[in-house]
Amino acid sequence: MLSQIRTMWLVLKHTFTKADTVQYPEQKPYLAPRYRGRIVLTRDPDGEERCVGCNLCAVACPVDCIALQQTIDDDGRKRAEFFRINFSRCILCGFCEEACPTYAIQLTPDIELAEYDRKNLVYEKEHLLINGTGKYHDYNFYHHSGIKVANKGKGEAEQERPPIDIKGLMP
Amino acid sequence: MKPEILWHLLEITIIIALLIPIAATLVWVERRMIGIWQDRHGPNRVGPFGILQSLADLLKILGKEDWIPPFSDRLVFTIAPVIGAVCVLMSFAVIPFTPDIGVSNLNIGLLFFLAMASLSVYSVVLAGWASNSKYAMLGGMRAAAQTVSYEVFMGLSVMGVVLLTGTFNLREIVLAQTDGWLIQSQFIGFFVFLIAGIAESHRLPFDLPEAETELTAGFHTEYSGLKFALFFLGEYLSVTLISAMSVVLFFGGWLMPAPLDTWLPPLVWFILKILFFVFFFILLRTSLPRPRFDQLLAFGWKIMLPVALVNLLLTAALRLGGIL
Repeated sequence: MLSQIRTMWLVLKHTFTKADTVQYPEQKPYLAPRYRGRIVLTRDPDGEERCVGCNLCAVACPVDCIALQQTIDDDGRKRAEFFRINFSRCILCGFCEEACPTYAIQLTPDIELAEYDRKNLVYEKEHLLINGTGKYHDYNFYHHSGIKVANKGKGEAEQERPPIDIKGLMP
Repeated sequence: MKPEILWHLLEITIIIALLIPIAATLVWVERRMIGIWQDRHGPNRVGPFGILQSLADLLKILGKEDWIPPFSDRLVFTIAPVIGAVCVLMSFAVIPFTPDIGVSNLNIGLLFFLAMASLSVYSVVLAGWASNSKYAMLGGMRAAAQTVSYEVFMGLSVMGVVLLTGTFNLREIVLAQTDGWLIQSQFIGFFVFLIAGIAESHRLPFDLPEAETELTAGFHTEYSGLKFALFFLGEYLSVTLISAMSVVLFFGGWLMPAPLDTWLPPLVWFILKILFFVFFFILLRTSLPRPRFDQLLAFGWKIMLPVALVNLLLTAALRLGGIL
């Protein structure tokens, strides 16, 4: 009986506690910069698309909401011919971001993905691409990978070494 | 017709027309208060402070299909909610709101209230029985056992008041408290009455007939639309009724607290006192867990009944000794 009265007193004291509610449409909650929301495709510092169409994100996706097709340009760069994310399926798990070898696909703290028409939730490449580098400002895949593209041969970029002469004996 | 009868009819109409919106507003008050006590806001969108929430809910519930299950007993199923609401509304006839306002100055007002409280059991039991489903049946059975056992000492607890004031007339009971409220001498009786009142109005923590966590919605599982609204109305009206009765019997009705002289009109005092109890009821709902059914009955018969009897005997003895 005493514990019941104590319970009532403790509840009564909450009259003067501030409510935890965030009154959403007027008052937005703070979302951390790495919050997992709407997916974007980023560009490298030179303004080129980062995505090389390797399909790893589509494979990692547990709900199969990513569809894309790789194509090779004349300068030797690989890119996605089309890139489609169905946000009505996407569970915003972030596995695609973890799988991406070029930091192209990234999640943003935008969670307001409501539409009246379900078709409007299918985002094509032009909807996904942004004019920025996202979370990794200086990263350029082709400066690290050792792949030959039009204006640079193998091993000529910043953090690359020239290819090893596999037929020589020197270390 | 005589002008007196017309006046009475007008009074009845006004009281009913005020009571029903009050009961609806009470739903909003309860949701807001529970919200505040749980560190939320509660409904605050419809109208200023969300006060029109009940109106929106009412409009919605009126638009619902009024479904009568094919396996039910149609006639009984239909009249059960009406019995509940009518019994509670009838009890308000004997409540003296102020020296002038009050439908009936019945000389057995207290007995009338107890009789109506007993009659409202029929509403719940018949609803549970006529629904012809397991949850409703269990709810109805619980309601029968709970209400029958709790009204025994509800009656006994107010006998102390009758002993001290020497009347069953509620208006005279209030007037007898001019020198001091009966809570001073009858606090045991008051607590017994309050607990019995919570059980009679099926409020938490004694809402076992409904018990949404165990019995879906108990006796009104099969009800929808307007019939469900009537049960809802009955519940909130009986909260107001029990609060009003506690005020009339133990807290001096419309009389103001002694040190504050004629400061506010009597009706305001009456409403303020009722509001205090309504808030207490809501606090009970937010904070206390529901007991098991056998615990509830054991508590009633083994603790509350002896306490009520002892209170009655003590009051009688002190009255005979001329102390009270």
